[in-house]
Amino acid sequence: MGRTLAEKVWDDHVVRRAEGEPDLLFIDLHLLHEVTSPQAFDGLRKSGRGVRRLDLTIATEDHNTPTLDIDKPIADPVSRAQLETLRKNCADFGVRLHPLGDVEQGVVHVVGPQLGLTQPGTTVVCGDSHTSTHGAFGALAFGIGTSQVEHVLATQTLPMARPKTMAITVEGELPEGVTAKDLILAIIARIGTGGGQGYVLEYRGSAIEKLSMEARMTICNMSIEAGARAGMIAPDETTFAYLQGRPHAPEGEDWDAAVAYWKTLRTDDDAVFDAEVVIDAAELSPFVTWGTNPGQGAPLSAAVPDPASYEDASERLAAEKALEYMGLDAGQPLRSIKVDTVFVGSCTNGRIEDLRAAADIVRGRKVADGVRMLVVPGSARVGLQAVSEGLDVVFKEAGAEWRHAGCSMCLGMNPDQLAPGERSASTSNRNFEGRQGKGGRTHLVSPQVAAATAVLGHLASPADLTDAAAPTPAGV
Amino acid sequence: MEAFTTHTGRAVPLRRSNVDTDQIIPAHWLKKVTRDGFEDGLFEAWRKDPEFVLNRPERQGATVLVAGPDFGTGSSREHAVWALQNYGFKTVISARFADIFRGNSLKNGLLTVVLDQKVVDALWGLVESDPSAEITVDLVAREVRAEGITAAFELDENSRWRLLNGLDDISITLQNEEDIAAYEAKRPSFKPRTLQV
Repeated sequence: MGRTLAEKVWDDHVVRRAEGEPDLLFIDLHLLHEVTSPQAFDGLRKSGRGVRRLDLTIATEDHNTPTLDIDKPIADPVSRAQLETLRKNCADFGVRLHPLGDVEQGVVHVVGPQLGLTQPGTTVVCGDSHTSTHGAFGALAFGIGTSQVEHVLATQTLPMARPKTMAITVEGELPEGVTAKDLILAIIARIGTGGGQGYVLEYRGSAIEKLSMEARMTICNMSIEAGARAGMIAPDETTFAYLQGRPHAPEGEDWDAAVAYWKTLRTDDDAVFDAEVVIDAAELSPFVTWGTNPGQGAPLSAAVPDPASYEDASERLAAEKALEYMGLDAGQPLRSIKVDTVFVGSCTNGRIEDLRAAADIVRGRKVADGVRMLVVPGSARVGLQAVSEGLDVVFKEAGAEWRHAGCSMCLGMNPDQLAPGERSASTSNRNFEGRQGKGGRTHLVSPQVAAATAVLGHLASPADLTDAAAPTPAGV
Repeated sequence: MEAFTTHTGRAVPLRRSNVDTDQIIPAHWLKKVTRDGFEDGLFEAWRKDPEFVLNRPERQGATVLVAGPDFGTGSSREHAVWALQNYGFKTVISARFADIFRGNSLKNGLLTVVLDQKVVDALWGLVESDPSAEITVDLVAREVRAEGITAAFELDENSRWRLLNGLDDISITLQNEEDIAAYEAKRPSFKPRTLQV
């Protein structure tokens, strides 16, 4: 019987298999950042162990880093201490580090792909749940905890139970104005935050094949929000074209050998998935969340749901609690929701195509009075690219704040946060209570919806912009 | 890792689903560089409400958390497990756990027990009507017991063996050094490298 993409990559990394034990998998690439690594390095020191494969390990700084005044000492002493700990650990053990201020610094899941380190058929791990991003290349990429970080540092392997596989097949054409973000939010709303539990998801079908690498990364990034172990997309010409010429992509004969291998990484026609979900791309529209988990979403044209409409008691209770926290009323049109802040950035939507899409919409327009718009490139390189295209000027002229690379307002670990009761439209990945700052209220949206929302002051799509003042947004 | 064989204690009923790791330990606590001192951050936002179940006097000293489905979703932060342990919890019962959280818990000796929602409902009913009621989680027998309730639970034999013996994963893996070296020797040259060593 044929094998799925996930099974092929898994099988190629089994170091040891024994009855009744998890498989021992070899890890091709280990990404580190400051938050989930200190206790792991501490563990190595206590047990007198070193890093087994420095040549498969790389670190950057992202969660704690400020996005303003990056040339000045970090104001928060605890954040500063954590970054200094990473710097000391990397120096002591010999790990390559791209610290704040370095041209290769940025959100870890933006940095790996842009350096060409994330490649098809590799196993990638990082102490961060959004490691699923790297699956866009046909890599098997897992978010891991700190004990596992220590385990990989010491052994370059991980014992793991073989996951089940689920096909998410998206056929057809995404309607104009509907993006990868809308698609993944709709998928999560459909299968639920626990729907992917125990599975590696494989996104496939004609709508997926047409997506750019960056859009594929947006999709795979949020696999974890459906509870999945990982998300993957089979590598194809789009993948190879993205990789060729990147700093760590193979060259010459190695490139040819790599591409020959990468072309084998497709689910066989006779392979059987443990579960399958089929989605019609043509039925989708801009999608936003109204609640406090990423599964609580609806088309922008819909209204806030009535908790009484849920048959399941725990879902009903969750919806009631979410509406209370979010300060929303059942039946209220989603378009009527006014926001204080718009955040464009994160490992979900902080790449150059995302910034271009948002810039196309705000170009020649103004951010609404009383709305703060933050635009944060996912990496220093993305920031430089945006500046070279003049996007920073577009954002600044519209009244948005142009920042330095980092995780920024995706999570409350650095100075970019919502105040209690403040509401955001955010291109990030989690709308949990307090995620963007204590008491903050988050609506997850695409970069296009974020930009239109910034201009109009309430949740909106580019199609709602009826003014003639600005040129028609391109590529939307 | 501390071994887990059997544990008996009073319980906290947490009637919430989708308790994500940002609720268990908010991000600003993640700046610490140690594995301890997270107890005050556990459920920090909810604990501001004096009526929150963890704040009730009858729940002080409880060691068993009985939670709604999809416990531990979201971030991979192991700090969520450390916070529960630092606070004093030895075991968490739920109908469904997020994968990464579950893996983290079992690597730290915090036993996460999956039971049918019907059994979780019965446990909630019991400990809400009698806060002094104790729950026993027996890993040897793979069974949860409380007054009028006995429920078997599943845990794969390998995880159970590691927990019962408090074994350290890294030392077990390093016993397979030869296998790792053999795998490394046959890796193709086109695989990416972060630096030349």
